Amino acid sequence: MLGKIFFLLCLSSAWAEDLCSKAVPPEAYYVRLSIKTALGDKAYVWNDNEMFLFQATLAFAMRSQFSGQEYNVSNIVVCDETPRVSFWFVVTSLEDPSRLVSRGDVEQAVRKSRNRINSAFLLTDQTLEFIGITPTLAAPVAPNTPPWLIVFGVVMGAVFAGILVLLVLPLIQKKRKKNQPMEDEDSDEETQVKTAENGPERSGVYNMSFSDDDKFTQM
Amino acid sequence: MRLVIPNPGLDQRIPTYEDIERMEKEEAGDRPKWDNKAQYILTCVGFCIGIGNVWRFPYLCQSHGGGAFLIPYLILLVLEGMPLLLLEFGIGQRLRKGSVGVWRAINPYLTGVGIASMLVSLLIGLYYNTLIAWIMWYLFNSFQNPLPWTQCPLNDNATGFVSECQRSSTVDYYFYRVTLNSSTSIDDSGGIHWPIVLCLLSAWTVIFICYIRGISTSGKAVYVTAILPYIVLAIFLIRGLTLKGAMNGVKFLFTPDVDELINPSTWLDAGAQVFYAFSLAWGGLISFSSYNPVHNNCMQDAVILSVITGLTSIYAATVTYTIIGFRATDRYDSCISDNIVTLSNAFDLPEDSITASNYEAALNHYNTSDPTTVLGLDFKICDMQKLLSEGVEGTGLAFIVFTEAITKMPGSPIWSVLFFVMLLCLGLSTLFGNIEGVVVPLRDLNVLPKKWPQEAVTGVTCFVAFIICLLFAQNSGVYWVTLFDNFAGSVPLLTIGLSEMIAIVYIYGIDRFNEDLKFMIGHKPSIFWQVSWRFISPLIVLVILVFYLVTQAQKKLTYLVWDPDSENFPTMASVPYPSWINAVVFLLAGIPSLAVPLYALCRLVFVYCGGLCIYINASS
Repeated sequence: MLGKIFFLLCLSSAWAEDLCSKAVPPEAYYVRLSIKTALGDKAYVWNDNEMFLFQATLAFAMRSQFSGQEYNVSNIVVCDETPRVSFWFVVTSLEDPSRLVSRGDVEQAVRKSRNRINSAFLLTDQTLEFIGITPTLAAPVAPNTPPWLIVFGVVMGAVFAGILVLLVLPLIQKKRKKNQPMEDEDSDEETQVKTAENGPERSGVYNMSFSDDDKFTQM
Repeated sequence: MRLVIPNPGLDQRIPTYEDIERMEKEEAGDRPKWDNKAQYILTCVGFCIGIGNVWRFPYLCQSHGGGAFLIPYLILLVLEGMPLLLLEFGIGQRLRKGSVGVWRAINPYLTGVGIASMLVSLLIGLYYNTLIAWIMWYLFNSFQNPLPWTQCPLNDNATGFVSECQRSSTVDYYFYRVTLNSSTSIDDSGGIHWPIVLCLLSAWTVIFICYIRGISTSGKAVYVTAILPYIVLAIFLIRGLTLKGAMNGVKFLFTPDVDELINPSTWLDAGAQVFYAFSLAWGGLISFSSYNPVHNNCMQDAVILSVITGLTSIYAATVTYTIIGFRATDRYDSCISDNIVTLSNAFDLPEDSITASNYEAALNHYNTSDPTTVLGLDFKICDMQKLLSEGVEGTGLAFIVFTEAITKMPGSPIWSVLFFVMLLCLGLSTLFGNIEGVVVPLRDLNVLPKKWPQEAVTGVTCFVAFIICLLFAQNSGVYWVTLFDNFAGSVPLLTIGLSEMIAIVYIYGIDRFNEDLKFMIGHKPSIFWQVSWRFISPLIVLVILVFYLVTQAQKKLTYLVWDPDSENFPTMASVPYPSWINAVVFLLAGIPSLAVPLYALCRLVFVYCGGLCIYINASS
């Protein structure tokens, strides 16, 4: 049993090397990573361990797309790695290592788990590119009530309130002024009556001329 | 010079010095007054400093030789702007009437000048308030993060952006499609775009409430609308100078090119800019100075206003170009890094191997070693000069260049709100003068019943103007605004300005005007004013008018359209106007200009016919 597995592994790695030396098959997808652009100072170095992680995440993607089929790291063949950190890969089928999984299937698998693949490498759709698989773009943020209507409502409300105040205030002031002279006349008559009643105890005579003057200045 | 056209009956039509002094002492008459001198100065400053100082002057300065443009600008400010200002201030303060009243008092045949001023103010006010409506739309939309012009909407299957947005840019798409929903030609009106209707409604109601009781309310509003722009400009200056690439913009603006001084169009543009910047011939300045006390020193006011306008233009231009420099540098940097990415992707080089500094060397190396691949690559052309000079005038500056620059600054919503509040204040304060130039002549001409209160007159004017402005709320509205901008303000204003000068110097009499100024401010104006009023300023205005008419007559009438189907999209396509536009142009530019001679002619005919009828009746 162990021997068989060992034999298959040797065969698959030999097959993989064989695959890489040939021309790029049509089922291959070209991948490009821009780690420094995405992470700047916190960029990690790309090495074989990172490549292993890539193969593992892709195997995960294939597994979650085609449930039941247990893809392994050995099924993901990676070739032509460059200093740019770009390479192409193919996925070998489970039954027959010499057959490759079709482009369409691989694309579906990658699309489904794109988010997980991106987060495994701390990258985004733009910095981890699968050439040929266009990312599904996130819809722009759109709140339910357009905020501009709210601001418009506030401004218009304030302006209309201001107009009402400016139009109604002088009318109120006019009414108040009309009532005021009438009230003052009444109070004058009252004091006159009062002083007349307090006649015998008064010290002086009530001087009418002063009250007359008051009336004129009010006008 | 003793050349004065005989003007009988002048003394009966104008108040004498004694009349004015008495009216001032008794505070009789129902004429409004300024609360204090500061209110008057701020109103005039607000009127003169408008949106044009932000989006017209910097463009002119940069395209006509940068720092060297300041020389013709300042010279013409002193020779053309100041004398005309003093003329309008002086005549308004002396005759104590609005624009129609003043010209009617000088000579009833000259009432046409006042009517022309009113028509021009109305036409300009219509399209100017549409610009305010657009500014309000952007202001209302600035209260969200992220700003709506940073994102393109997705197309149907969510794999990319809408094609129109993808090919142009998010800010272009937001302005032409979301804000205006512009059609492809001025013929195609395409229905009303309701967000713009709402913004027009808010713009006209704000004007209504600010001017509801004439200058007693607008005089309070100017404390905010005239001072706030300066504060915001200062904030933007400090922010702008700390941005990367700001000094590129400022250097580009002020680098002098002395050869431009020999080019006559530099001087013509400087003269036209001074004329329009001072809001001369609109009638508003005459109205405003008629509310002044009789002995107000209007000469000092004219000088102060000229100095403030000149300095503010330079200040605003500096601020504008720090932001333009920042945007251009940012675009240039991203263009270069896009090219670097293209090169390193093609040759599979490690990421940081090519930087901006060794890009050229690397490109040459690969061009020599592998030219076929390099040729097949899609490199962008990164030209800093082109980036600095694109879209830096008019609505393009405010709604496209500036909005894009703001999205790149941290804390964009705040900067957006500040910027559009500043533009709003600049526009509103100019509109106060504008609406003064419309409402006061309407009252003087008794178009509306005399017993209507000021509130009703303002209300009716604003409502009628709002209805007419719905023309600009159509899908083709942006093309109408450009049409009005080009034709409603240019020729008529120059014609009215020229008529004003001729009327005061040769019909009212420059000697009488000198005596008036001596009565009002205590001393006769110096020889500088005499020479400029009689010869220099009218000559300058006449030359500008003639050259303008000549160049306009030679140009074919074309305009720029936003057409997603055109070849050079996103560059706007240049399309000839339809033939019925000639009638509209005549209405806009011809009618106000011709109002001056037409009214005089009508009055002559009327008086002559009337006299003839009386004679026939008397003799029969």
